[in-house]
Amino acid sequence: MSSNSASARYSARHRRSAIWMSLSVAAAAIGLIGLFMILVVLLWKGVGGLSVAVFTENTPPPGSAGGLLNAIIGSLIMTVIGVAVGTPLGMLAGTYLAEYGKYSRLAFVVRFINDILLSAPSIVIGLFIYEVVVAPMGHFSAIAGALALAVLVVPVVVRTTEDMLNLVPNTLREAGAALGMPRSMVIQRIGYRAVRAGLITGVLLAIARVSGETAPLLFTALNNQFFSTNLLAPMSSLPAVIFQFALSPYEDWQQLAWTGALIVTLAVLALSIAARALTATAQQK
Amino acid sequence: MRDEVAAQKAGKPPSANKDKVLIRDLNFYYGQTHALKGVNLNLFAGQVTAFIGPSGCGKSTLLRVLNRMYDLYPGQRAEGEVMLDGENILSPDLDLNLLRSRVGMVFQKPTPFPMTIYDNIAFGIRLYEKLPKSEMDARVESALKRAALWSEVKDKLNASGLSLSGGQQQRLCIARTVAISPEVILLDEPASALDPISTAKIEELIDELSGDYTIAIVTHNMQQAARCSQYTAFMYLGEMVEFDETNTVFTSPRDKRTQDYVTGRFG
Repeated sequence: MSSNSASARYSARHRRSAIWMSLSVAAAAIGLIGLFMILVVLLWKGVGGLSVAVFTENTPPPGSAGGLLNAIIGSLIMTVIGVAVGTPLGMLAGTYLAEYGKYSRLAFVVRFINDILLSAPSIVIGLFIYEVVVAPMGHFSAIAGALALAVLVVPVVVRTTEDMLNLVPNTLREAGAALGMPRSMVIQRIGYRAVRAGLITGVLLAIARVSGETAPLLFTALNNQFFSTNLLAPMSSLPAVIFQFALSPYEDWQQLAWTGALIVTLAVLALSIAARALTATAQQK
Repeated sequence: MRDEVAAQKAGKPPSANKDKVLIRDLNFYYGQTHALKGVNLNLFAGQVTAFIGPSGCGKSTLLRVLNRMYDLYPGQRAEGEVMLDGENILSPDLDLNLLRSRVGMVFQKPTPFPMTIYDNIAFGIRLYEKLPKSEMDARVESALKRAALWSEVKDKLNASGLSLSGGQQQRLCIARTVAISPEVILLDEPASALDPISTAKIEELIDELSGDYTIAIVTHNMQQAARCSQYTAFMYLGEMVEFDETNTVFTSPRDKRTQDYVTGRFG
């Protein structure tokens, strides 16, 4: 009797477990299938447009041949400047949080704001830069676009820097101090060094995040159908060109948009893989 | 006074031992917790002093006062006097980095820096001296020899310090400490994370370093204290219960608690 009810309870538990597991698997499958389909379609539509011209010619007017050179260069320039501005700021702020502020009131507030910034819609960042840079200048510019990207880079780098430095064992800090090293030196020469791979990963992830951003660029760098390296003038970028060309009725433009999307995706994919590889080698040590 | 007693017992004149560190009426607090209660102790120049006692008795705390390591953490404070060659190191305007160049420390867990074996040693030296390459090489070599590690690493000085075994890492840390020529070396359970062979090597090393350096070692291992120290301090619940020559502490302790501890009745 009792063993009977025990086995009934057991099979009920077993059923519940099976249902739960199938739901989890189904959810994971839906996510993966969606992602996979995006990649397949992207490859399907994008690869056909890949040619040398894509990398050597500028965006064309509708109906004529051309490439994405100005957009690629524009994206590179603005991403590099954005990361160059945002990374030191983020690293220093993250260092403050992990090493100096720690439990102070200011650190608590900074951490909270940083978390908000981390999840803020990027179009809000674009509008912010529009107000403080574009409006006073009177026109769109590459530098405004780069600054918008920098604002997006900062919270990512702050977070990874703090998390990484928190992994440095206190005994290592003490060992540095025990040799008579000033605190700043312990941080720079030992702390950063111990988690170098993690810090680089953070920066790579930040690059991956901003290189696909469209919204903050539309309000700041706008777009430019010609090749330009002038930081004070509007500049083209891959996401902006994709946005413009994909919405156009012209087939050749739509093709370029697919190709551009493929290039951005592959670049981000490569960065993510590099970040993963770095983390993996760091963990092996 | 007590050291005079100790010295007389050993049949030596009291002046045979020179005080390197004098601790007088030292109290230490972790926030509200009173961790050291009126501790008095002398560390004699060129001698090894072992701190023993059950977990939580304050022996590591005492060690961490001697190079002001506790200063890294807010809420920890010391009161009283700790004289290093007649200078109170608890004084707030003391240069901490200078103090730590005079009082080196080796930790329980090996803590090699994330850099090459060579740089682990050279790094500390560069903090205080700017040496030409050849001279630096010589200093690194002599420090590694001093720590009995040279023969094992001389062909891979550019390998990461983290690639060494635990025992080698610990000797690397000792070499790093010795390289900047401190006067006092603090060892916080330096062998408790190591295998018996590595432990024996560390103990041998301590023996060789004594004489040139004043050494204080915290240990849970009473045989270790008996083997490698000349003086032993037994601590219990934050108090200095007994301080005497190691031999005396282990064979004819004056205090009942010391006797119970060294005979393994508690702790």
